[in-house]
Amino acid sequence: MLRNILLVIVLVILSLVLVNIFHEDDTYNLKLEELRHKYALKHIPSVDHSKLAELQKEFKTPQDVTEACLICHTETHKEIMASSHWNWERVAYVEGRGIASAGKKNVMNNFCIGTSSNQQSCAKCHIGFGMTNDHFDFNNARNVDCMVCHDNSEEYQKGVFMAGYPARTVNLEKVAQSVGSPTKNNCGSCHFNGGGGNNVKHGDLETAQLSCSRDVDVHMGANGMNLECVACHTAQNHKILGKLYSVSPDNSNRATCEQCHTTTPHLNDMINRHSSKVSCQACHIPIYAKVNSTKMAWKWSDAGKLKDGKSYEEDDSLGNHEYLSIKGSFIWKNNVQPDYIWFNGTASQYLLGDTIKSIPVQMNTLNGSYSDRNSKIIPVKIHVGDQIYDKVYKWLIQPKLAGAKEGDSAFWNDFNWDKASIAGMEKSGLPFSGEYGFVETEMYWPINHMVAPKEQSVGCAECHTQHNGRLAKLTGFYLPGRDHNKILDITGIWVFWLTVIGVLGHAAIRISISIYKNKYEKQIINYDDDSTT
Amino acid sequence: MQRVYIYKGFERFWHWLQASLIMFLSITGFEVHGSYTIFGFEKAVEYHRVASWMLIGLIFLAIFWHLTTGEWKQYIPTTKKLKEQIMYYMSGIFKGEPHPTEKTGLSKLNPLQRLVYLGFKLLLVPITIISGILYMLYKTFDQNNIIVIEDYPLEAIAFWHTLGAILLMIFLVIHVYMTTTGKTPTSNIQAMITGWEEIDEEHQEHNDENEKKSEKK
Repeated sequence: MLRNILLVIVLVILSLVLVNIFHEDDTYNLKLEELRHKYALKHIPSVDHSKLAELQKEFKTPQDVTEACLICHTETHKEIMASSHWNWERVAYVEGRGIASAGKKNVMNNFCIGTSSNQQSCAKCHIGFGMTNDHFDFNNARNVDCMVCHDNSEEYQKGVFMAGYPARTVNLEKVAQSVGSPTKNNCGSCHFNGGGGNNVKHGDLETAQLSCSRDVDVHMGANGMNLECVACHTAQNHKILGKLYSVSPDNSNRATCEQCHTTTPHLNDMINRHSSKVSCQACHIPIYAKVNSTKMAWKWSDAGKLKDGKSYEEDDSLGNHEYLSIKGSFIWKNNVQPDYIWFNGTASQYLLGDTIKSIPVQMNTLNGSYSDRNSKIIPVKIHVGDQIYDKVYKWLIQPKLAGAKEGDSAFWNDFNWDKASIAGMEKSGLPFSGEYGFVETEMYWPINHMVAPKEQSVGCAECHTQHNGRLAKLTGFYLPGRDHNKILDITGIWVFWLTVIGVLGHAAIRISISIYKNKYEKQIINYDDDSTT
Repeated sequence: MQRVYIYKGFERFWHWLQASLIMFLSITGFEVHGSYTIFGFEKAVEYHRVASWMLIGLIFLAIFWHLTTGEWKQYIPTTKKLKEQIMYYMSGIFKGEPHPTEKTGLSKLNPLQRLVYLGFKLLLVPITIISGILYMLYKTFDQNNIIVIEDYPLEAIAFWHTLGAILLMIFLVIHVYMTTTGKTPTSNIQAMITGWEEIDEEHQEHNDENEKKSEKK
């Protein structure tokens, strides 16, 4: 009786447990729905600038436009002039360096190397007018370029080698009357084209995102939410959320996925738990450079070859430059699977004048490790290359690359590294020994955009596998499915199969003896069958 | 010949559910370990977790049953006839000698079984389950809904869990084989299914005497 009662109780409990466990939770993700609703409502500006009297006139210079802006937006230039878009540097605490000022002014890279002595050309991406050299007046409000970020007419364009001034063809009246909140076009004019061409630097930011499908970028896709950059990179008083670790060192003011999606966005608890060590981007950006290729390698040491005394270029089948006399040889790739590193939000950059400590030279170091509680696995693009350095002083050389005409020592005109180095280093205020060589470099670009629709996110077994998983190179921790104790596994397998063999051997002896006995008994004694049943 | 009721209802239910859970856990577990692919990693992990909670629940019921029915006494280890039992499996069984110990409802385990099953219950299963629970709770949510990692090394936890799993598989092989050493190759399994086992009368009489003796005490 007791047995039956117990059995019933057990079965009831068990079936309840089973129903509970296997019950498909059909909870809809309301958080995502809220976000969709919020961002579906497009911002309607409260002012139509084409109706303002101050803008109904002919502007002779772009500075006149800025002055017109400041008539109403009387204090806005102060916000701009406190921003890194204007100053090209930020003061921050850098591990191992102390309080340092870092930015485009003094950070070097392994693309076009650096801005020093090249401002005339590089200022195409400065939000100001007239940065011809390092004597630019950062306190002159007239030189703030409002239009590059706020032109909504797609008319505005900065000129090539014009120190940040707009191209001469730009209709300033039209631009001034059409200003509004920045669009993808505004941000993209610089951020898509960093490094001298579309998608050269980032790999996850390029012109295709102006009009792409959800498969390319789930946030910016034209058939998806079609978000503007500023939807996530929000701003308060022109202080814009987000930064890039190629030039920024500290862990502050970052734009994150969590700011919208929270730290526990999945309905599946197991996936939520990953976020203690794995960034959202690691799983949700399975590949980058989905449309156009991105530069993966840049060898400056090949630069300067001429055909019949003239510079030339060679392109691959997709139209990407494989060789340019002015810049060297390149490797381009599309649909690239990211590399993965530990990152805690702090970084350090190679600054002009730093001594080379290791080869390849780390143009930027993203700090982090498994044992660091603040570190997560993030996807990165690693851009490798080689570039000119001073063999005596053991530092990277800042060459003068861009120049107005032949004979002004710019490498892109004269193809002479000696002259370019002397001119570049002089402007940088550093000595040049006269002996140069080429040293290998590496630069790390965190991949944050081109988020894929959830169906395309990285599957469990792409990392949790013993063979060539995405995290195969990331060692120093135990990853279930990838790692195992070799001694235990091998010993275990051996002991298991020896046991099986032992058991089979035991059985074989028993069977053969019983067969032998059966025969013997039947032949000699011929008992009644009763005994053998 | 006499039919004796040896395994009670709950015992049989517990035994077979535990057996199937352990086998299912080993299939999914070694897939998570990376040994092969059947369900795919994601499903394997999910199934492994569900089955593990079922096993933990079952084991709590089994502990309750053993304590309340006094059946735990079956596992009190003894060295009496232990040597004979080992010798039987090593040589006697080939010669057709009778089992050195007899099975009854009151004493259904031979001394070797007592020892091995006690080790199974007090060492092997606890090691596997405790390491498994630690494995599962490796990441937890703190009071701010932030996911944190417990500070113990996952590598060590995984080592003990894998060791437990391998030993359980070895136990399974020997255990299944040993069931064929009964009166007939399938009599032990039949007993575990029906609860009833046929036992030679002379042995039974002998056992009855023993039972009477013990009752007198």
